[in-house]
Amino acid sequence: MLGPLDYMLWIVGFLVETGVVVYLISRKQAFRYFPIAFYMLCDAFVTCGLYYCVHHFGFDSTTYIYFYYYTDSLLNILMFWVIIKFYQETFAEMGVSKYIRGAAVMLILLTAVFSYAVVHQNRSHLTSRFVVEVGQNFYFVGVVLTYLLWGAILKLHETRTRLIQLVLALGIYFSADACTYALRNLFPGLEANVLRWFPPLVGLWLPLAWAYTFAHVQEDARLEPARLLVRAR
Amino acid sequence: MIAALICVISVAAFLQFFVSYCRSILASSKNIALSDRVREVTGIANQEVGADDFNRLLQLLRLCPERGDDQSEIRAVGTYYSLLAVLHRVSLPVAPRFAVWLEQERQSCSYFAAVALDRRISYSRDLFTQQISDRL
Repeated sequence: MLGPLDYMLWIVGFLVETGVVVYLISRKQAFRYFPIAFYMLCDAFVTCGLYYCVHHFGFDSTTYIYFYYYTDSLLNILMFWVIIKFYQETFAEMGVSKYIRGAAVMLILLTAVFSYAVVHQNRSHLTSRFVVEVGQNFYFVGVVLTYLLWGAILKLHETRTRLIQLVLALGIYFSADACTYALRNLFPGLEANVLRWFPPLVGLWLPLAWAYTFAHVQEDARLEPARLLVRAR
Repeated sequence: MIAALICVISVAAFLQFFVSYCRSILASSKNIALSDRVREVTGIANQEVGADDFNRLLQLLRLCPERGDDQSEIRAVGTYYSLLAVLHRVSLPVAPRFAVWLEQERQSCSYFAAVALDRRISYSRDLFTQQISDRL
């Protein structure tokens, strides 16, 4: 059963997600950050869809559970597109855009084929522990990709504050979600009371952090990335 | 086994991303010099802002009219400061070198709060000046 806090998280999430899209359009940056705008728009639609499913079929219904996990996987694939965009931004000066695009297409195809194979083999118990495992793997791939990107940003001395903050916010999102899914796998008993709050809160973090970055960090703001590393002095 | 490994790696990655994110917010204030006005208000005589000044500066911040655009970063830095304070208390007897680093981080948070206070004081003065000129 959903409580007022669940609905509040949904409403705030929906408003911030659409807020990011509206902000990018109003600043004529929607095309420049198209994958982000598209992801946020899809996320907002998914939020509406989840509400519709709960309202018409109930929170414990199979329809809701299928919708939740399928859209979660689809949003994850869209998020890979966002990561590819960040990779392209980071490596823009090296002229390796076409290789990144090629690698991106391969990655998306591999993810799609892998997901199809797993879903095809587990059709009968898609809503059991299997979906948690697939979610965990998707998010972990996200963590690895974002971590590699962060390493590249440090190595190439990327100084654009906006890009740095967008990537770091994404890293927090992926690692928190991967950890939550792994904990659900390890301790299924914690799901009902504790872990069920993590995905919506983490889901709220990403649009909030990106909204903050777009609104407060200027496009030309610069930052020395070495300053952000934790080092013993 | 795989889930446990993913969990450990994710927690490590999360901490690194979170610390770097907070530091990227703090970095924006590092090169800004504090005005004499804020030094007078806060009682900070020399250049150094103390690590323990954060909560006092936050209280002063709350007394100023909100600018509306700095709330989220103050909240993020506040969370970071609380985390650092807990770690500092725990690590002080066990790992003194780590505690020194934590102290420097807490000091950066306090400096950030002082810069935010400076901005809010300037904003309040501008508001006051505007009101006076409107009346005239």
